[in-house]
Amino acid sequence: MSDKLLKVRNLKIGATVYPPGEKPKEIEIVHGVDFELEGGKVLGLIGESGAGKSTIGLATMAYGRGGVELTGGEVWVNGRDILKSRMRDVRRLRGGEVTYVSQSAAASFNPAKKIMEQVTEAAILQKKFSKKEAEARAVELFRKLGLPDPENIGSRYPHQVSGGQLQRCMTALALCPEPDLVVFDEPTTALDVTTQIDVLAAIKEAIHATGVAALYITHDLAVVAQVSDHIMVLKMGEMVEYGTTDQIINNPREEYTQALVSVRSIRHEEKQPTDNPLLRVENVTARYRGTDFDVLKNVNVELHPGQTLAVVGESGSGKSTLARVITGLLPPSKGQITFDGRSLSQDLKSRSYEDLRELQMIYQMADTAMNPRQTVGTIIGRPLEFYFGLKGKEKQRRIQELLDEIELGTGFQDRYPAELSGGQKQRVCIARALAAKPKLIICDEVTSALDPLVADGILKLLLNLQKIEDVAYLFITHDLATVKAIADSIAVMYQGQVVRYGTKSEVLSPPFDDYTDLLLSSVPEMKLGWLEETLEHRRMESAGH
Amino acid sequence: MHPIIKLIAQRLALGLMLLFAASILIFGGTMMLPGDVAQQILGQSATPESLANLRAELGLNDPPITRYFNWLGGFLTGDLGTALSNGRDIGESVSFRLGNTLFLAFWAAAISVPLAIFLGLLAVRYKDRWPDKLISAVTLTTISIPEFMIGYILIYWISIQLGWFSSVSIIYDTMTLGEKLNAIAIPVMVLTLVVLAHMMRMTRAAILNVMQSAYIETAELKGMGMLKIIRKHAFPNAIAPIVNVVMLNLAYLVVGVVVIEVVFAYPGMGQYLVDHVSKRDVPVVQACGLIFAAVYIGLNLVADIVSILANPRLRHPK
Amino acid sequence: MKNMPISAIIGLFFTGLYFLMAIFAPLIAPYGMSEVVGDVWEPASDQFILGTDNIGRDLLTRMIYGGQTTIFIATMATILSFVTGSVLGFFAAVSGGWVDQAMSRFVDLIMSIPSLIFALVVLSVMPTTVTILIVLMGLLDSTRVYRLARAVAVDITVMDYVEAARLRGEKVVWVIFREILPNALSPLVAEMGLRFIFMVLFISTLSFLGLGVQPPQADWGGIVKENKEGINYGIAAALYPAFAIATLCISINLVADWILNRTTSLKGGRG
Repeated sequence: MSDKLLKVRNLKIGATVYPPGEKPKEIEIVHGVDFELEGGKVLGLIGESGAGKSTIGLATMAYGRGGVELTGGEVWVNGRDILKSRMRDVRRLRGGEVTYVSQSAAASFNPAKKIMEQVTEAAILQKKFSKKEAEARAVELFRKLGLPDPENIGSRYPHQVSGGQLQRCMTALALCPEPDLVVFDEPTTALDVTTQIDVLAAIKEAIHATGVAALYITHDLAVVAQVSDHIMVLKMGEMVEYGTTDQIINNPREEYTQALVSVRSIRHEEKQPTDNPLLRVENVTARYRGTDFDVLKNVNVELHPGQTLAVVGESGSGKSTLARVITGLLPPSKGQITFDGRSLSQDLKSRSYEDLRELQMIYQMADTAMNPRQTVGTIIGRPLEFYFGLKGKEKQRRIQELLDEIELGTGFQDRYPAELSGGQKQRVCIARALAAKPKLIICDEVTSALDPLVADGILKLLLNLQKIEDVAYLFITHDLATVKAIADSIAVMYQGQVVRYGTKSEVLSPPFDDYTDLLLSSVPEMKLGWLEETLEHRRMESAGH
Repeated sequence: MHPIIKLIAQRLALGLMLLFAASILIFGGTMMLPGDVAQQILGQSATPESLANLRAELGLNDPPITRYFNWLGGFLTGDLGTALSNGRDIGESVSFRLGNTLFLAFWAAAISVPLAIFLGLLAVRYKDRWPDKLISAVTLTTISIPEFMIGYILIYWISIQLGWFSSVSIIYDTMTLGEKLNAIAIPVMVLTLVVLAHMMRMTRAAILNVMQSAYIETAELKGMGMLKIIRKHAFPNAIAPIVNVVMLNLAYLVVGVVVIEVVFAYPGMGQYLVDHVSKRDVPVVQACGLIFAAVYIGLNLVADIVSILANPRLRHPK
Repeated sequence: MKNMPISAIIGLFFTGLYFLMAIFAPLIAPYGMSEVVGDVWEPASDQFILGTDNIGRDLLTRMIYGGQTTIFIATMATILSFVTGSVLGFFAAVSGGWVDQAMSRFVDLIMSIPSLIFALVVLSVMPTTVTILIVLMGLLDSTRVYRLARAVAVDITVMDYVEAARLRGEKVVWVIFREILPNALSPLVAEMGLRFIFMVLFISTLSFLGLGVQPPQADWGGIVKENKEGINYGIAAALYPAFAIATLCISINLVADWILNRTTSLKGGRG
């Protein structure tokens, strides 16, 4: 048909869904998408959840996950329409011409087999290489991808290497058979930000070195800007915009793309510390029962009334444990917490109603934070009843008031959580916290499970509510962009310790300590060439030391 | 020491403790007898002297703890005591009958285990198509009928209507293997049907669980054929759950045997136990109960150990 | 209730039918329960729809009364097993710590002996009355309910909404009845169906072994025992209970499956 490596024409994809208590339904999730890809080029597919990007990625291998079915259109790979090919030919394509890197390498590797066997399997199966050649090639790829001990890492089992390393092994697995096209499906999303930059660099380097073409699927425009030549923006199964990376990032035409590009651009005037902090955490050390190491070591932070303290750190830094200590779920082994001038009891059970009411919490997963058997009205109404004894009309009036505050209209009272979208759920959780008229709300990664645009909406709402209600936030997050957007002061945590603490402007200005520097410089920026600049910068620094 | 050896040693110790506790439970359970054993044996008309004599002879005057340890000690040294109802040595009766029961259970297992795994695979291969639905409907029916009723249905149909095998399965030592197998044909069929249903359903669930893992998708995206995926990727991970299923069902089989032996008047442990429960012959019930419990605990132990051995995370620690 | 699958409707219909027959047995049964009305093993006729049994009683009558006994004992034992098992299971899950440990290890011990063997050991020293049978079966089976209830409750107690309730300052009673119970109900109700089936099979087996319901009272297992000799003469009287038990159990299975499916689809249907 043509010399293009990949040519997708009017691709339509359907799926069977199982709504609760109803008969299964057929729906269309991708409504006719067209694109092309030349050999050796990288195309970024970007969109929020439900955009159909992974589904389209897998369609280039003629594969439908779960109840997904490729219902129409054409997918041409190397000059033949694979949707009309026989199963035998499709099998030769998969793992030979087109390969796949999934989001979770930990789940995608067979736990019972050694890494080398799995990495070389496709190459041997597709008769691209002999076992010996494939193994030599795998070792070469391990080296290129910057894995430690490339000669021997293949003889380990998947659970014996770290998450970031396994993700690189998965890339080696995909590259080993010398494919023409690799589908990268959110390969760095599950990783910590400081690991992400290394894996991203390794993937980019490997794509470059092998001259393979790639589809790079992600929800993070800043990430895809670093690796792709072209970008296609998707929304609800339809293409919104297609262009070169430069054009999409610097000159987006469509409104939706503009919104994606300008996401996380909330700016917020920093407030100065007051004389009377609302919350004071002093010398807090804590460990979980049955373990023999401290998860928190001598933590000292302060939070001022009506302000936001952001606690930043990667997984395992102890930031969520700090929240548990403050709420009383985990009594500290040392140290004390002062709240509004009075000493807080260490144990939840011995706290007064007043303490409980004034200190509320919002969770990361709004899904599990609400009882699925209670209506929104019941969920928001319970604190009103519990703390203020409100009943009947009075309660209804207040519920409506709160629903207005979180920008949900009437009619939401009688809905169940399952009937709400992700953003709406999180808003209801915010309303439940506000219902108690608290002085402090602990927000534990409240935006990290949400799509960027939705997350932006939640952050704006929180800032707005802070102005109206004069409530303070203890904002726990791993996302530095969020921190920049809303914090007044920042505590950076690493391995249970606060390594840097101060007002936002102090913390984010040099000179930096090593860890904060690493953390700050690892956050992808929405500009071309950021990855190279950062890596170059790091090389210079380490050469200078 | 390799952590896996430690883990297995722990599991073995736990199994022994469980068995010990079970023996206390069985002994304690039979202590609840209203009235006493001596009265049971001699009947209402017995003289007080003869009752006192018998009590002393049976050691009934000792405190329960002494009696328990005497009983357990005897058990461990192979002395199971004597039956109250006929004064015979329990050990002798048991050893003969245990062999028969194991003979029956062995053949039922030998047929049902491979068949269950095969049918389980078949149901997975044709998931939600007619072979899966048929297998599922048939097994749902067989687990909804008590095993003794399946026994009579087969007797009625095969033995009476078709006249193929005998409806009574009495075997004795002088029979040849062929004659024995002919005698136990129907009970083996019944046990197979009963265990097959459970085992096949659980095997199907276990394999499906493995087949839904992300690494199976990885293999599919390598262009591997279904059969090869099952052989190379699903099977190594499905061994542990399947062995688990098999062991649980063999344990179930041991219980099923009890009822089936009564239906076919088969001279095994089950019939022996049920007979002596009606006769309220406590020593026999205690001995049989403990043996059944031991087999049951042992099979569960094997299942545990196999899943430890099959776990790559435990076999190859970090 | 709309969109009920056809299998669940069939299941519900037959389950209802059997329970109604059990409740109104004396009104439906054509003869008295132990009334000898004909010859031994008379074939089916207009007078005796299913024929007569081993001593000339009407088999249909025996089947109806037998169903009443079997269903009554199974129902009572299921209720006992459920109340004991789920109360203790929830209690263990919410208490945690050594209370949970001690209770769970004890349940492990009981479950390490097969139920039937355990029942036989106990029945070797206890009189076989209906009350004792119900208590014995109910308690033995409550171990299984305990495990399920505890597992379900443990899953729910780690949910953020339960933590949120505790952070609000809610009392244990609220947490159990308003947060945990509504979410644990569906899997427990589905399990209840399966436990009931198990009870029907269990009591039938005991009666068949002569250690359950005692004659002249009729129950399905006992009818098999009474009429088993007939099989050798080609008389199918002993097979009717098999049919009755199978249809009852399958019906309940269908209903339980439906309840369970509804729960899982509710879980997966978020968003």
